[in-house]
Amino acid sequence: MTTADTTIGGGLTARLAHFYRRSEGARGLVLLTPTMLIMLAALAAPLALLALYSFWTQDGYVLDKTPTLAQYATGIGRATYRELFYRSVEISAVVTLITVLLAYPMAYFVAFRAEKKFIWLILLTIPFWTSYLLRVFTWKLILGYNGVINSGLMSLGIIHQPLELLLYNPTAVVVTLAHAWAAFAILPIYVSLEKIDRSLLEAAADLGDGPIRRFFRITLPLSMPGVIGAAVLIFVPTTGDYITPSLVGGSGGVMIANVIEEQFDKVGNWPLGAALAIASIAAVGIVTLLFVAAMRAAAARIR
Amino acid sequence: MRTGAGRGGVGLLAYAIFYLGFLYVPVLFLPLFSFNDSVFITFPIAGFTTQWYRQMLEDSAMLRALANSLEVGAITAVLSTILGLLAAKALTRYRVPGGNALLAFTSLPLFIPDIVLGISILILLNTLGVPLSLITVIAGHSLICVPFAITVLMSRFDGFDKSLEEASLDLGENGWMTFWRVTYPLALPGIISSLLLTFIVSFDEFLIAYFLAGSDATLPIYIWGQLRFPYKLPAVLALGALILVASTILVVIAEWVRSHGMKDRHKMVGA
Repeated sequence: MTTADTTIGGGLTARLAHFYRRSEGARGLVLLTPTMLIMLAALAAPLALLALYSFWTQDGYVLDKTPTLAQYATGIGRATYRELFYRSVEISAVVTLITVLLAYPMAYFVAFRAEKKFIWLILLTIPFWTSYLLRVFTWKLILGYNGVINSGLMSLGIIHQPLELLLYNPTAVVVTLAHAWAAFAILPIYVSLEKIDRSLLEAAADLGDGPIRRFFRITLPLSMPGVIGAAVLIFVPTTGDYITPSLVGGSGGVMIANVIEEQFDKVGNWPLGAALAIASIAAVGIVTLLFVAAMRAAAARIR
Repeated sequence: MRTGAGRGGVGLLAYAIFYLGFLYVPVLFLPLFSFNDSVFITFPIAGFTTQWYRQMLEDSAMLRALANSLEVGAITAVLSTILGLLAAKALTRYRVPGGNALLAFTSLPLFIPDIVLGISILILLNTLGVPLSLITVIAGHSLICVPFAITVLMSRFDGFDKSLEEASLDLGENGWMTFWRVTYPLALPGIISSLLLTFIVSFDEFLIAYFLAGSDATLPIYIWGQLRFPYKLPAVLALGALILVASTILVVIAEWVRSHGMKDRHKMVGA
């Protein structure tokens, strides 16, 4: 009693301290401050500056800060860059589709049929904790001119000349990425399947739905949040992947990240690189939003 | 599941095993070829040797890069876990105005390609005149690790009862002692998983480090440089095989700590 009296009756600091202890929001915001400051400094400020750079011009060693849309005109106008945008989005879309389709039955198995879920989940995630760089590189060993497939087939006498069409093309990029990102599809789909109330499935069975009809009317629509989440988690980062197209893509499998990197390294045209980066975030963002909206509409229709 | 456990179930199990093969076979080529007695990666392998492991251990540039990566990974893990701990506690324990928007903001790095994060931080550092070093790599890595730390720690905080902390405050402990004696022990398994996860993410990260490292190479940057030279390849594979073994051990420990922590929690609540 007496302590409370002195707190309220005390000076301004004591009053603030009292307010701080009483107000949940204030305490929460104080706790959040360090993290938010770091995120502002390392995320918001750099992205704002990137946007600014995209309106400037590199003139030899001098940076011309007169605002202009010239970089965007080059980035979107030049056919080679436009083609790279299309190709990056196309490759990532195919990767996303294949990865999700392959992962869905696997996630379904773990959620509904597996005896020891925990062991399966650990087994499925272990390969993803090894170096991404080496995981991608291992496909170069498999698909290469003297690689595992070619040398294996030759030692079996099936072919006499190494196949050249395995490596350095968009298909090699798709196969490699579908392998490298598998965990990002399995886990979200598994989580959404696991959440499904099993009594709904029993109700559908009792009401006469066969397994296939039941799957399409109940399991699939209810697992759509996981499928959408998986698709976004794979599509967004793979459009900007640099390692895979560099190692297994060859000239036909170059993606937008390779050109952005060049502008910051060899070419030294930062404003153009910034414009390409902003344009690629915008393109990926638009495609992602359209996709999520379309999937939600489709899921609502099935229900 | 009552129905459909017959033929469909066997088909699914066969698919699951095939899928595990698809995930593991390519990765297992790393250890396989690291013992291959030939510089050329051809199948079947030429013979057994451990010379690539010896060659790798004598490579001082590689050892320096390894030391750099361990240092960057450890500092990043501690930093991003502390930041994640503060944010996770704030977002799960208090009704913060605009909490969902703030949470979405902290998870933004997951939805922006690494190349964009890397170049934009590079531009900022260049504008401010900050020289590139391992410290700038730590800054970039902490940014991408914070969302992972927050996710792991929020699920841990959501899992235990808020009234335990309230009871401690009601019994007269101050905020700091409550954190130290109640919150921290309960969150410990989450803290350990967060430290391991963020360490592995940082240890493996290539692209952001590539832009921000300056002249100090981290291990992925060093490996990237070696991939161009075929004769150096077997030693890189040996290194890859060791990373595979070490990270498998770490993951198993992390999972063990998590499930063990769960059991402890039930014990405490039960007692």
